[in-house]
Amino acid sequence: MLEYFLSFLILTGAIFTFIGSLGLVRLKDLYTRLHGPTKATTLGVGSLLIASAIYFSIYGEHISLHEILITFFLFITAPVSAHLLAKAALHLNLSSLAEIPKAEEIDQEEMHETVQTTVTEASEKNERSSDDDASPDKKGKPAKSETITEASRTPDQKQP
Amino acid sequence: MTRLLPHPILTPVLAVIWLLLNNSFDTGQILLGLIFGWAIPVLTIHFWPEAVSIRKPIVLLRYLAVLLFDIIVANFTVARLILGNPDKLQPIFVKLPLDLTSDLAISLLANSITLTPGTLSAKLSDDQGHLLVHALNETDPDTLVATIKQRYENPLKEIFESC
Amino acid sequence: MLAISIQIALALVTAAVAMSFWRLLRGPDIPNRVLALDTLYVNTIAILVLLGIHLGSALFFEAALLIALMGFIGTVALCKYLLRGDIIE
Repeated sequence: MLEYFLSFLILTGAIFTFIGSLGLVRLKDLYTRLHGPTKATTLGVGSLLIASAIYFSIYGEHISLHEILITFFLFITAPVSAHLLAKAALHLNLSSLAEIPKAEEIDQEEMHETVQTTVTEASEKNERSSDDDASPDKKGKPAKSETITEASRTPDQKQP
Repeated sequence: MTRLLPHPILTPVLAVIWLLLNNSFDTGQILLGLIFGWAIPVLTIHFWPEAVSIRKPIVLLRYLAVLLFDIIVANFTVARLILGNPDKLQPIFVKLPLDLTSDLAISLLANSITLTPGTLSAKLSDDQGHLLVHALNETDPDTLVATIKQRYENPLKEIFESC
Repeated sequence: MLAISIQIALALVTAAVAMSFWRLLRGPDIPNRVLALDTLYVNTIAILVLLGIHLGSALFFEAALLIALMGFIGTVALCKYLLRGDIIE
């Protein structure tokens, strides 16, 4: 019975670790890729570590809980490194599938451009972008930038 | 009292970490862990920028339970999105206005956002008034902001800030 | 049962390492490579833990703990470098 539970934990952990890294290959831009390793991989390795703790507590000489230390550490550090990577990517102006708010708009509550210019900029950025970053998919673009503009609540841009 | 025991929370936490690191629960190790847990906060008292005060421990425990549940849900959500068609994803940047003021609460909120379904905190504005959140697949930014505020920000405000 | 599932898990995690490595080589820019490196650290911890159970040895724990610590510090240092162009100011 216990062996089945341990096998279940190990296989779940391995599958989540696999899916997290699969996200690195399949997803199209850095910001979406960041989601895979931070979530799937953290829980995957977490359940592997818990399986290891249970295994060594039962088959080892005494109770073994130090794997929990790594689990906690990973849960604390994974969001921090993801946040720093996203910040670095924003700093370097990486191309993204989603519309990136301009640096001054993150700090101040204003948006200078009309919807039209944001849309053309977005599609231009898409055409310029490198091989596997931000595939040229123009159909989704206008809707997305409209949601962004609405989200930032600028009244003069609702009807351009 | 404050000079002899500057961080009452840090002491047991350090002792537990010491015990886990040594992987043993002997009396000697417990004693050594408690000595370290007392000595390290006293020696490093000048390094700590602000005192941590937990006002409502029960709310904190409930928050941690909600967070753990959400992390597990988040994993299934993200796994499904990764295995699905990546071209159909609708990533979006959302600005989240912050009500929290203390540094610790903001960093905990940012960590929670990153660990929970389909969202990732990307940048904190210079005046600490906004958090830029990246959502993996979201069409309704207003609902997302409302959910984050109600589910994570309100309990954190209750725990760490007097209101 | 346990032995078989550890074999399958090792195969899956090795595939994960291969995919992270592909992203590390492919790029196309530095943040992507840093992200791949960060994922590689976490995958390595998974492999070490699995090997620990497989070989019945608790010695791998220290290596896994060190990789977790060093991996985090490495990622933070690389991100700081990307943000500021300098690590120590």
